[in-house]
Amino acid sequence: MIACRDAVERLWSYLDRNIDQAQELELEQHLGLCRHCCGELEFAKQVRNKLSESAEMPLAPTARERLHKFVERLGER
Amino acid sequence: MDVHAAAPEAAPSFAMLVEPHLDYLYAFARKLCGERMAAEDLVQDTLVRAFRAHESLRNRERPRYWLTKILLSASADRWRKEAPHEHDVPLEDERFSLFDTLVEEDPLPYSDRLHLDFLDLFDDDNLNASLQRIHAAHRTALVLAYVYGYKAREIAELTGTTTGTVLARLHRGRKQLEKALWEYAKQRGLLKGETRT
Repeated sequence: MIACRDAVERLWSYLDRNIDQAQELELEQHLGLCRHCCGELEFAKQVRNKLSESAEMPLAPTARERLHKFVERLGER
Repeated sequence: MDVHAAAPEAAPSFAMLVEPHLDYLYAFARKLCGERMAAEDLVQDTLVRAFRAHESLRNRERPRYWLTKILLSASADRWRKEAPHEHDVPLEDERFSLFDTLVEEDPLPYSDRLHLDFLDLFDDDNLNASLQRIHAAHRTALVLAYVYGYKAREIAELTGTTTGTVLARLHRGRKQLEKALWEYAKQRGLLKGETRT
């Protein structure tokens, strides 16, 4: 069975589906027996969720107006 | 405004092409360069480059992808001129584990959801500030992959590199992000009992 260090190194690639089948099988065997790495996997999912939830960044009305006018001026050239 | 509502043979005006994507461009720029004014400046630079190139835009069904590529090119040009930020997380610290550090340091001793509660300390501004401590190329890969959901091969195409390089940047970026979140929480006094340094 692979060591915890190797398993942790693969967790994000596993979640990204950027891992080959043999490595995936080794990781899943490890996760079936290792509570610590299951915790690491859950935490990796939480960090990913945190990032994906941050996609929106409100554009202030004044900044939107400036950009809108900037686009208009470009179009007038 | 729906770009696709235009008659098939009529090329949309530049404004029609870009206006629906201004909010996205600004949010993306904020993730890449942090400050509001710097982000707005980067979006304006992107718009100028897009305006110069839009006559030759062949695939008008993917303006967001096209604008993303231009913004990335504009931001890469800026970073080439800049010195590394003083708060950049060192690249050599790849063995750091935020998961283990939280267990060992127990920074939120009254929490029964230690890891989740640590992440809850970060609102969008704090998360964005932590992202700014990551090397620019790594931050770019992280933002494209985990904030906007691009695949590694798409990131490679968008940033003009190989998929292998993108995967390496994602790996190092994730490690830097863990360290950056921990250091930021400590330095900004987000952890119970900590004082701002």
